[in-house]
This record gives sequence, C-alpha cells and structure tokens, in this order.
Amino acid sequence: MSDNILALEGVTKIFNAGTLDEKRALDHIDLKVVPGDFITIIGSNGAGKSTLLNVIAGTYLPDDGRIMIAHQDVTRAPEHRRARYIARVFQNPTMGTAADMTIEENLSIAELRGKRRRLKWGVTEARRKRYSEILKVLDLGLEDRLKQPVGLLSGGQRQSMTLLMTTLTLPQLLLLDEHTAALDPRTAAKVIELTETMVTQHKLTTLMITHNMNQALRYGNRMIMLHQGRIQIDVQGDEKQQLTVREVIDKFGTTLKDETLLACGPTPS
Amino acid sequence: MLILNILPISLQQGLAYALVALGITLAFRVLAFPDLTVDGSFPLGGAVAARLIFEGVEPTLSVAVATLAGFAAGSMTGLLNTRLKINSLLAGILMMTILYSVNLRIMGRANIQLLDRPTMFTFMENMDISRYIPVIIFFLLVTVAIKALLDIFLHTEYGLALRATGNNEDMIRSLGVNTDNATVFGLGLSNALVALSGALIAQDQGFADVGMGIGMIVAGLASIIIGEAMIKPKTVFRLTLAAVVGSFLYRFIISLGLRLGLAPTDLKMATGFMVILALGIPAFKKSREGKIHLRGI
Repeated sequence: MSDNILALEGVTKIFNAGTLDEKRALDHIDLKVVPGDFITIIGSNGAGKSTLLNVIAGTYLPDDGRIMIAHQDVTRAPEHRRARYIARVFQNPTMGTAADMTIEENLSIAELRGKRRRLKWGVTEARRKRYSEILKVLDLGLEDRLKQPVGLLSGGQRQSMTLLMTTLTLPQLLLLDEHTAALDPRTAAKVIELTETMVTQHKLTTLMITHNMNQALRYGNRMIMLHQGRIQIDVQGDEKQQLTVREVIDKFGTTLKDETLLACGPTPS
Repeated sequence: MLILNILPISLQQGLAYALVALGITLAFRVLAFPDLTVDGSFPLGGAVAARLIFEGVEPTLSVAVATLAGFAAGSMTGLLNTRLKINSLLAGILMMTILYSVNLRIMGRANIQLLDRPTMFTFMENMDISRYIPVIIFFLLVTVAIKALLDIFLHTEYGLALRATGNNEDMIRSLGVNTDNATVFGLGLSNALVALSGALIAQDQGFADVGMGIGMIVAGLASIIIGEAMIKPKTVFRLTLAAVVGSFLYRFIISLGLRLGLAPTDLKMATGFMVILALGIPAFKKSREGKIHLRGI
C-alpha cells in the first residue's frame, strides 16, 4: 500500500443515464495524490472538473470505481461523513458561508468540521480570541467585525474568510473549485496569493480547479487537464515548472475549445 | 379605558400562544422550513394532556408527555420530507391531516372537559385576587424560560449547526453535519413547543377540542410578522423576542377588533387578510428594498 492520501480507481460518473442527454462526466478516472501535492486542474467547460471534485467530496456518488481517502474506502460514504477529511471552497462566494450568521459563528461552525457538535456554547471566549488573531492575517479588518453577519461582507472578503475557515481544523484534502473566478481581478489576485500562502504554510494537499492557465502553471507542483471526463495531461515537478502556456496550447489546442481558457494565453495559430 | 380592559386578556393569550410563535419561528425562520404540522400538533398537545389528566395522571407529567408527543409529530414531518423526499408543505399537511384522526382517537371524542379535574391552574382558582394575575405570571415565567432556553440552545455548537442548516444547507453539509437529522430534530423541537402550548392552554381554558388548532399557523405567522416589524430580528435574541412580542400584539389587535364589533366567526379571515397585507405590501409598492425578507415564508 502506498502513502496516497487520495486514490481514485476507474471512477466513472454518468448523468442522465439511458436518455438522449446521457453524459459521461467522468470516464474511468485513475488518480493518485500523495500528501503535500498541490494539483491544479484545467479543462474546458463540461470536461468534468467540478464533477471530479464533487465525486471526491461525496456530493455525487460515482456510478463505477473506487475512492480511497487516507486509506479508507469512502466510495459510498455520504458527503457529511467525508467532511472530516475534506474542506472545500466553491466558486460562488455565497456558498461557503452562512450569510445571516455572524463572522465568529461561521468560523466556529467551520472549526468543528467533521467533529461532533455538542450542546456546549459555540463561540467561547477562547475561540473568539483565536479567531480575532487568525483574521488579522487577512488584513481586511474582519477581526473588529466578529459580531457582524457575513452577509455584509463583499464577495472577496467572504471568499478570503471561507479560505481561512478551511484551515481552522486542518483538512487532509483541500478542494478549490474555481474559487477566484467570481471575483474582480485585483481581489482574485489577493485570494490566490492567500491560497498559496496557506497551502504552503500548512503543507495542505490541494486540488484546485482554475480557468486561468497561467494560474494553473504558476501554482502547485502538479497539473492535470481533463477532457471529456478523462485525464488528458498529468505533469508534475520540473516538467510542469518548465511548461509554458504556449506549449500546452500547441500540444492540446485542438481539444481546448474553451474561450476563457484560451484568452489567458496566446491565440493558437 | 377600552385598551386597559383588553390588556389582561391580550397579555394572557399573547404569552400563552407565544410558545406557538416560538415554535413556528424555529421551523420557518431558523430552519427555513414552512412547516404546517402546527395545526395538528397544537391540538395534539391539548388532547394528550387532557386525556391523561382526565384519566387521573398528574398534570405536570401529562404536559411532559404531551410535549414529547409534539416532538414525535414534528419529527415525523421531518422524516417524510428528508427520507421520503415529500415536499415540505405537503409533508406538513399530511401530518396535520393524520393528526386530526389521531387526536380524536386520543380523546375518544371531539372534546374533553377538565373543569372538575385538578390541573396546573387549579391552585390559582382559590386565590383572593383576579385569576388573570397568577395566570399571566405563570405564562410569563414559562414563556421567558422557554425563550431563554431556546436562545441558549441556538448558540450551542449543535444550535449553530441547526441555524446553518436553515441558512446554507450545502455549506453545513460539507462541514460534516447530517442536515436531514438536523431538520428532523429541529421540527421535532418546534412542534414540541407548540404541543406544550396546546397542553397548557387546554388546562387554562378547561377543555381540549379537536378543532382548537385550526388556523394556528396563520395566527402564528401573523404574530411573527407583526413582531418582526417592531423588532428587527438581527440576532437570535431579537428573533425570539419578536415572536413573543408579536404574539402579544396580535392578540391585542384581535381583542381590540372583537370589542369594536368584529364577529368572532370572521376572526380567521381577518387574520388571513392581515398576513396577506403584510406580505403583499411590497408587491404593491413594487420596490425591491421594501421586500420583507422572511425566510421560510
């Protein structure tokens, strides 16, 4: 047995099976992830990127194949049972936080990810102190707004907070689903920097979907590209560091039909 | 003078029905679950307590059993919705309908008189003061205690998870909470409060009737809407306070209406119009800002 933190074997997900709309979103995916891997995931719309993360997180159950997290077979485990291993940040900033609850309450429910929730006071004084310290890292002034509802924050602030919330209890696996795509470029740059800092600092094993190929090449130690539910490219280490946007497009330009993706690099001739 | 006259009855009823408003707040506003079980769980509480007291069971114990029965009824609605995937409104209507028969079974007839039985209110009859005073104090103590307990509960680790279930279900599920169980438990708690109210009110008024729950949801919603218009529910404390204050104001308005000539038979229609008006005003104004943000409604 290897030391894989995550292993997918022949994972297949079919939507609308048996109808005209049948779609093979994931087609026998094999993927092994070792602790500390920071993997960027690219691919055109409908390539299966989000489905991949959803199947790993348990939002969808696969139709075939096996999923192992930390040597546990979680293939049929519901989403809430996998939460002890997995933390997620979604594209939509409103998805990662509870808008009507306060900042400190959100942090408290995130700190208890995957743990038993008891009839003990949720936001204790000790926790409040810790949150205040941790929030200072963001440099957004949120440490002074602990009792305000999250709904008052901007998208960027909420997304930064969601990111921070994933590390209150360190996950074995961090899943980022285009978590900067809905932000304006400046905020997005900040959030991606924060992501890099946190991932490096805590040595988090991370899977990050991105639409931006520059990002995909710049961050992480490994990059995979999905196409029609299959892994088309899987590069890591030096090979990945030396890869340029141009090369990826030259090599796989024919399969990359997504304009957003191409817009980030030179136009293929 | 008129206002002073109707104050005691409004206070008594407002505080007695405040538990219903708190229960409805928990379901509609905290869990964002439009639960219609209430019209059945309120008489369920009354029926269970009345039957047990009628059979000679100690009143306090009878109330406890009635409260548990309410919890069971609410949980059933939650199970219908989460396990059998029945639409939330329909799940509530189904339970409400089933409970009508259940309540008749429990009582063995359409109503039970308790006037000659010892109830939790019996000792108040023998006092030298107006009955209103001890009754109001009793309901005030119960309501304040339940409100405080609910406030505390909603700030515990589990309470926060329950609130998040109503606020952002996907998020809290990804944080490891079984939202189905949270919904079942939350609805159980909500209907336990409603049944508790039914059990106490049956003793106060001296009888339980199978029809005593008709229109209870609409009355509760009216209370909540009025209360939240007065007290912006920015925190849990204010949310539950709004339910209690709203319950009093609603009963006050109703009493005033009756004194001014509103026919008792038109009461439910008036309440219905009140709710329609409150929810409909923003549509008339066509302003988005004026839109009442009431989760679950």
